[in-house]
Parts: sequence; C-alpha cells; structure tokens
Amino acid sequence: MADDVITVDGLGKVFEVPVRDPGLAAAFKSLVKRRRREVMAVDKVSFTIAPGEVVGFLGPNGAGKTTTLKMLSGLLHPSHGECRVLGFQPWRRQADYLQQITLVMGNRNQLQWDLPALDSFQLTRAIYRLPERPFLAQRDELIELLDIGSLVDKPVRNLSLGERMKAEIANSLLHRPQVLFLDEPTLGLDVTMQRRIRSFLADYNQRHGASVMLTTHYMADVEALCERVIVIHHGVILFDGQLRDLAERFASHKTLVVTLDEPSDLSSYGQVMEHIGTRTTLRIERNQTASVTARLLSEYDVRDLTVEDPPIDDVIELAFASGTVER
Amino acid sequence: MTELVAVEGQPRIGVLDGEQRDGRVRSMVRLYATLARTSIMEQFQYRAANYFYMIGMITEPVIYLVVWSTIARQQGGDIDGYTAGTFAAYYIVWTLVRNMNIVFTPFGWEERIREGTLSAQLVRPIHPIHYDLGSFAGYKLVVIVLWLPIAGALTMIFKPELSPSVAQIATFAVAIWGAYLIRSLLLWMLGMITFWTTRVTAIFEVYFALELLLSGRLLPVALMPDWVQDLAQYLPFESTFGFPITSLVGPITNAELVEGLLRQLMWIAIGTVGVNLMWRRGVKAYTAVNG
Repeated sequence: MADDVITVDGLGKVFEVPVRDPGLAAAFKSLVKRRRREVMAVDKVSFTIAPGEVVGFLGPNGAGKTTTLKMLSGLLHPSHGECRVLGFQPWRRQADYLQQITLVMGNRNQLQWDLPALDSFQLTRAIYRLPERPFLAQRDELIELLDIGSLVDKPVRNLSLGERMKAEIANSLLHRPQVLFLDEPTLGLDVTMQRRIRSFLADYNQRHGASVMLTTHYMADVEALCERVIVIHHGVILFDGQLRDLAERFASHKTLVVTLDEPSDLSSYGQVMEHIGTRTTLRIERNQTASVTARLLSEYDVRDLTVEDPPIDDVIELAFASGTVER
Repeated sequence: MTELVAVEGQPRIGVLDGEQRDGRVRSMVRLYATLARTSIMEQFQYRAANYFYMIGMITEPVIYLVVWSTIARQQGGDIDGYTAGTFAAYYIVWTLVRNMNIVFTPFGWEERIREGTLSAQLVRPIHPIHYDLGSFAGYKLVVIVLWLPIAGALTMIFKPELSPSVAQIATFAVAIWGAYLIRSLLLWMLGMITFWTTRVTAIFEVYFALELLLSGRLLPVALMPDWVQDLAQYLPFESTFGFPITSLVGPITNAELVEGLLRQLMWIAIGTVGVNLMWRRGVKAYTAVNG
C-alpha cells in the first residue's frame, strides 16, 4: 500500500563468519587460508506496516529480529531485497530520515552517565535541532506520562535500571519520531516497571499516531500492545497476522476449565491436566470444543465453565516448533 | 501531531508544532555549545581526579626540562641557542599543549565498536565526529583553567625566559586549537582502522613513537639532526606540538608564524578529506557486517 510507513520486500541479510577447526594445526592453516561460512540471518522477509500500527516482532534468540530492526533503522546494509521507511532507504541514513525515527535497545543507553537526564535532554534537543517551545512541551509531556519528574534532576548513575530505562525512553522520543523501533525495551525490568512502560507506549501511540515495531520476549508486552504479530524463526517469517489468530493457527487444542457440583472423572472428555476437588482442567482438541462443552453441560450440573486458548507463550513455542512458513 | 512538509522532492521533513527546526549553522553552534557545556559539567564531577591527572602529567616535561637544562649548563649555558630559561619556557608551555593534544583515542574507537556505542550514534542525525570535537573542546576549557596555577608554580620553580610579542600570543591562541583539530582528525583516522580489524594496538604504538620523536614532544625539533628536521617538515606531528609551543616561546619570525598557521590549515584540510574518505568506506564495512 502506498500509504504504508514501512514496506519490506524480500529483505535479507547474509553474514560471512570465519570458521576453523580446533587445534594448533588448524590455527596454522588458518594463517594462510581463511575459511568463511555464510550465515543467512534474515531470509527474504516481506511485510508492510501502516501508520499508527503497533506490531510485535517475535522470535527466539538468533531468529533475525534485531538484524531486521537494524536494517530498518539504517544500521545494517541489506544483502538483498528492498525496504523503505517513511519513503526513505534506511541504509542511507539521511538526516531527514533519522530525525523521524528512533531505535531503543534495552541494553544500550544514550544518557550521560554522570549528569541528570535533563542535561542529556538538552543535548538531544541540539542534535535534533528542536525549536525551544515544542521541545519543552514534548519533554514535559514525556516526563508526566512516564512519571519521572522526581528522577530527571538526579545523575543517571544514581537511578535504578527501570528508572534509567524510563529516562532513556523519554530521551529517545523528544524529537517526536513517527516510527519507533523498540528492541526489548522492558528487558530486565520488574513487573511493575514493565507494566508502566507498556501503558506509556500505548498512550504515546494513541496520542501521536506513531508506528511501532516491538521485539520482546515478554508475552505480556505483546498482549498489552500488539494486535498484530510477526513471528520470525531462522530468519524466515512463520506468521504475520492478528495476535488472536495465532493460537488458532498453531495451537491444535484449547484449555477447558470446568467446576461441577461434585468430584467426577472427566477423562473421557479430554486429557486431564489438573484435578482439584470439583475443578478439572482439560486439554481438548480445538475442533471438538463445541461438542465436548455441549456434552458436559447436558450430562453434569456445571457450576462454572471456561474455554481458553493456551497461554500465548505456549502458542509461540508451538509456532517455533512447527517451522511452518507463511508466505 | 508532527506536521510534515515536502521539501525539494525529499519525502518529508519534520516541522514541530508549526515551528521550523533551527538552521544548519545556528544548530551546529548550539550543538557545539551544548556538547562543550555537557563536557564541562561532567568534568566538574571529577574535578579532583582531573587535577591529580594533570599533576601526574607534568612529571614527563619536568624530567625533560631538568635533563636538558643540566646539559645546557654543562655545555656553557645553551644548546644551539636554547638556555635553561628557554627550556623552562618550552616545557611549561608544553604542559598546556600536551593537554590540548588529548583527543578521542584509537583505544576509545576500539571500545566504541566493540561495545556497540557507535551504533547508537549512527542512528542520530549528526556525524559522530561532532560529539568528539565538541565534548573534548569543553574538556579543554576546564583544562586551561586548571593549568593556570600549575603553570604558575612551575614558573616560580624553573624561572622561564618568556617575552612573546602580541603576534606570538595571538598565533599561539589560534595554534593550540589548530593543534587540537589536527590531532583529533589524525587519531580519528587511526581509530577508524578498527572498522576493518580489531587488532590494531601495535599500529597505534608505532604511530605514538613516531609522534614522540617528530612532534617536538621529546625535545624541540630544532635540536634534532637535520635529516629529522627535514622529515618533520613533511609530516603533521610538528603542527600539533612543536609549532604551538615555538609560536609562543620563540625564537620565531612573523613570517614563520604565518607559515606555521598555513601549514596547520593544510593539515586540517588533508585530515578532513582523509576522515571523510575513511568514514564513508568504514561505515560501509561496519554496516555490512556489524551494525
């Protein structure tokens, strides 16, 4: 679509890595003849992202998530394929492009370690050539949304990891980017801080209509922020669609939790996962959900019954294990 | 919401809340001022450490000073016109010029690439050399203030002979910044070798040895053998060290002052071209494999 903020077509990245056998002889041999092996980090991925869309980019370690984000933010030159972000070729890293994007990596920081974050914010203002009034407005809004008013005048080295991450996020959004590449922004944070950052990102997306690509290992991030997910494994996209469709595609079963008036053996209805008193958790085939539920309701006095998809973590694991390629 | 406007066929350029971004020159001045201010604030955090560092640094010139002054006295008062008082002036000014020569090092480059901090700079809309030039310039301003009492103490102890003309003082004030710029560009080029290989410490060491001998750091280039002086003419090292010192301490004519400044200008031009060429190729290599 012409209006898409990000268009990726057959994008790939091949790395050449040196290899050698163990031992002294191999070490000598490598002096005269170096062997290299090609590693396909990302293999012909294609997708588009619309303005204002928040997309979860999921995959195990080494799947190609960060490599893709680096190509989209201009840090890596693609080996093949095409990508455009806001109409720019990212690898050219034109100033007009970089002024409209941000890349937040959970394990990297831009703030000056020894100074209060407010001083780093001023530096960011100078780097992005921000006029004073909009800069102050944006800065104050971010400070309020992230609830960091009491932190920004302390030296960054005195902040906790979570506090620092919030200040980092504020710093990376001062120039009001249209596209956010977030690489594990909640990495290593406690549950409360993760929740705070999630709610901030949702709020920011609502207010400014920014498009967001988010990689994370925390499924709570995905469930809270992303309607759409792209699952990548071994550099290949396994799934690109709505989060709610992910379970339907990869999980062949559902979880049924039923509470009866008195304890009963329900093993004939499905695989019993747990049985505590009158409450039984069953694993049933997805296509038998309706018939099993109807039988239980007609044959027992059911006090409570819920049907759920398996936890998203399990579904993602199933997706990785399936290796099914969606093209 | 950010308003976006099309300019000269480029897709979109941000105008925040209807206000145009600062112009290129004005924003560059603001960037340098902010970087320098940030660096000064950082240095204040380590004021005691800075002072001890500077005091430690005067050991080297004091050793040179004592050795050469002694030799001068033993040779009847001077070596090729350099008296104990001239040597004292040379090595006291040396302490300031040495500090002006402190720039972002190739070792910092190794770390920058190994730790990935370069990536963070590459996604910001400004050439990373500006961070280094602006930050270290701020550091210099702190250094100059800290240097004054040290220079005062050395003056009382070693009694330098120093009577510069106004032209010499003016040239010195420009030349120390020229030296800073040249050395920054040279060490940037040296550091950028790490784009292609990470084992470059040995190359750095060879460079620093050449610099020690040919810059005027060990002793004034005028006291070196003729062939060394001839060689130094064609290399940038003297412009970063010997020339700024001699411009203030002398003996030097006005024509030599102008020639020295022009030579600095030439090395700045060569350094700028060199940095640009290496940067383009280096970043291409970096973004091909690292990012």
